[in-house]
Amino acid sequence: MKILALDRFIIRFGKLSAQVAMAGALVCSGFSVYGAQRPPATADHSKFEALQGPFENAQAVTEACLGCHTEAGEQIRATTHWTWTYEHPETGQTLGKSKVINSFCGMAITNEPRCTSCHVGYGWEDMRQPPPTADNAVDCLVCHDTTGDYWKFPTLAGHPTYTPREWPKGSGNMVQPPDLELIAQNVGASGRANCGSCHFYGGGADGVKHGDLDSSLVDPPRSLDVHMSPGGLNFACADCHTSWGHQVAGSRYQVNAADTLGIDVPGHTDLSRASCQSCHGDSPHPQQKLNDHVDTLACQTCHVPEFARGGVPTKVWWDWSTAGRLDEDGQPITEYDEHGHPSYLSEKGDFRHGENVLPTYAWFNGTVEYTLVDEKLDVAHPPVEINRIEGSPEDPGSRIWPFKVMQGKQPYDTERKTLLATHVFGADDSSLWSNFSWPKALKAGSEMSGMPFSGSYDFIETTMHWPITHMVPPAEMALDCASCHASNSRLAGLPGIYMPGHSGNIWLDRIGWLLVAMTLIGVVLHGLARILLKGREKS
Amino acid sequence: MSRVMIYKRFERFWHWFQALLIFTLLFTGFEIHGSYSVIGFGEAARLHTLAAWALIVLWLFAIFWHITTGEWRQYIPTRNGLFAVMRYYLIGTYTGEPHPYRKTTRAKHNPLQRLAYLFFKLMITPVIWLSGLLYLFYNDWPETLSGALALETVALVHTAAAFAMLIFIIAHVYMATMGPKLTSLIKPMVTGYEDLEEHR
Repeated sequence: MKILALDRFIIRFGKLSAQVAMAGALVCSGFSVYGAQRPPATADHSKFEALQGPFENAQAVTEACLGCHTEAGEQIRATTHWTWTYEHPETGQTLGKSKVINSFCGMAITNEPRCTSCHVGYGWEDMRQPPPTADNAVDCLVCHDTTGDYWKFPTLAGHPTYTPREWPKGSGNMVQPPDLELIAQNVGASGRANCGSCHFYGGGADGVKHGDLDSSLVDPPRSLDVHMSPGGLNFACADCHTSWGHQVAGSRYQVNAADTLGIDVPGHTDLSRASCQSCHGDSPHPQQKLNDHVDTLACQTCHVPEFARGGVPTKVWWDWSTAGRLDEDGQPITEYDEHGHPSYLSEKGDFRHGENVLPTYAWFNGTVEYTLVDEKLDVAHPPVEINRIEGSPEDPGSRIWPFKVMQGKQPYDTERKTLLATHVFGADDSSLWSNFSWPKALKAGSEMSGMPFSGSYDFIETTMHWPITHMVPPAEMALDCASCHASNSRLAGLPGIYMPGHSGNIWLDRIGWLLVAMTLIGVVLHGLARILLKGREKS
Repeated sequence: MSRVMIYKRFERFWHWFQALLIFTLLFTGFEIHGSYSVIGFGEAARLHTLAAWALIVLWLFAIFWHITTGEWRQYIPTRNGLFAVMRYYLIGTYTGEPHPYRKTTRAKHNPLQRLAYLFFKLMITPVIWLSGLLYLFYNDWPETLSGALALETVALVHTAAAFAMLIFIIAHVYMATMGPKLTSLIKPMVTGYEDLEEHR
């Protein structure tokens, strides 16, 4: 009889140890193999007749998709990805990309079709109207292309280019039309590059906006992101940002700042996994003292020690007030900082970039309120907070979170005391990037957004908070105790916490050490006197 | 003169182990407090907790020992001879006077020692333990407690008690050198034996 390797092992070491070894092997391989593998697909899309093409344009692909995925179009049109509006359940504000003003390029509504190139659809050229309603206007491919060849051209309101087209303008680099048949036959689950094609490039270029989302996460080393790294768990964004009928979990307007549900068990919770606790629970450390911190700190506070770590800088300062300066020949200027990042562009003003940036920390309960474009500003007390994060130590739903704080200067109406939307993009006679004239750009911005403009403007300093949650390195790279428990604590100045090693009472210390010193001096004097007098005694 | 066992084996073990633990606790404690950075906050906190638990266990044994042997009576305060002892430490030690107190196995601490040790045992230590345990189990406070007491208060009391402990140690160590010879008071704490004058 043939003896298998496992049986031989059992004979030699006993059944229990064999089971232990098997369990260990399974656990180990679970970390290294199962994380990297996906279950095989039940459909090979290249075998579908409807996907053989030829496709005249991307909408034709969508029509083919909807032939089987009958509800997908309707589902997409119900999502924030489509509507670009968000009714905030806590503040009642209407937010979303179509409503908010930010401290980067201002508002989307004054800059389509550049901004709408990231809309999950085709042809939203006038944002004063709702997105197009045709069934085939939904873009399936931006999320489901697996070839990497599908690219929404930056100036075509969501379309890929259908003819060879130069980008960036003046570079001589020609972008070829995508092979829609090949792409359609290779659709699949969304990967990091799909989500990243928009979310990594927010603010106009790689890494500009978020700080913890940039192209380095397409193929990150473990040290950058232990979950997303192919050398780690190889997670797709969607492994945490689970979806429900195309509704994707995780919101930056209403963050789940303190997930106390713990591990999400099927049948018990909602199956959304967009929080650390969804998988790690709420007492994930072997050391109890570390677990004692979870009612105060977000996981990210220790586990994302710095952001923009992947070699892609993020903008931390953007001063629009200096934009428009031209050289003697009337040509736009480009200047670079010592790292080779642009520090001045005539189109955009002055920048500062950061890599390996230390976050700013603040109490946060997940609710973000915006200074909307019609809100009166307190111009006497800059900076203006473009968004305000809520939270306090008294609030049991608040945790201390890390943030990227974007700073800069942007235009406001000095009479009406409101922020101003800028028309920056467009080959017309009013856009800032083509004409370098603020009055024209602001007037056009006012007309496009429907927001009044008195005609007089200036620039005001603004700040904007971006919660940091991605770029989690392996646990050994998390902050050590002394990052906070020290005189130069990262959490210095935050209310409501007593941190041993940082906090204390200066008078208790002064009096305490004074008494210690007096005791020591007393002892030394007493001792000296004994020695001296003893010597005298003998003589 | 007769050579008698004045500090029993357990008593000496208790004393020196306690000394080691208290030095560890002081060293790590003031690092946790932020007074200096030598072994790092995390390691200091780990050692501090470990030493605290060890000291608590040691004290449970010591309390049991004091009760069962009746040795607790050694700490009953007395005013009888107190001022003579104080006068000795302030003046007599310089003029070569003999120590006014005659120790016996049943009353081995002079009146000043009794007071000092009683204060140590009934004030400094309980305060430091109670505040320390509250500190350690801060996250498990029942709601009624967390509503009434701030961690900061606990931390400040704990720190204040640590200063008192440090001051006690300095004085205690110095006064241990004030026998006829530098080591004559320390030696019995090591060997257990001391030469005492005969009872009259």
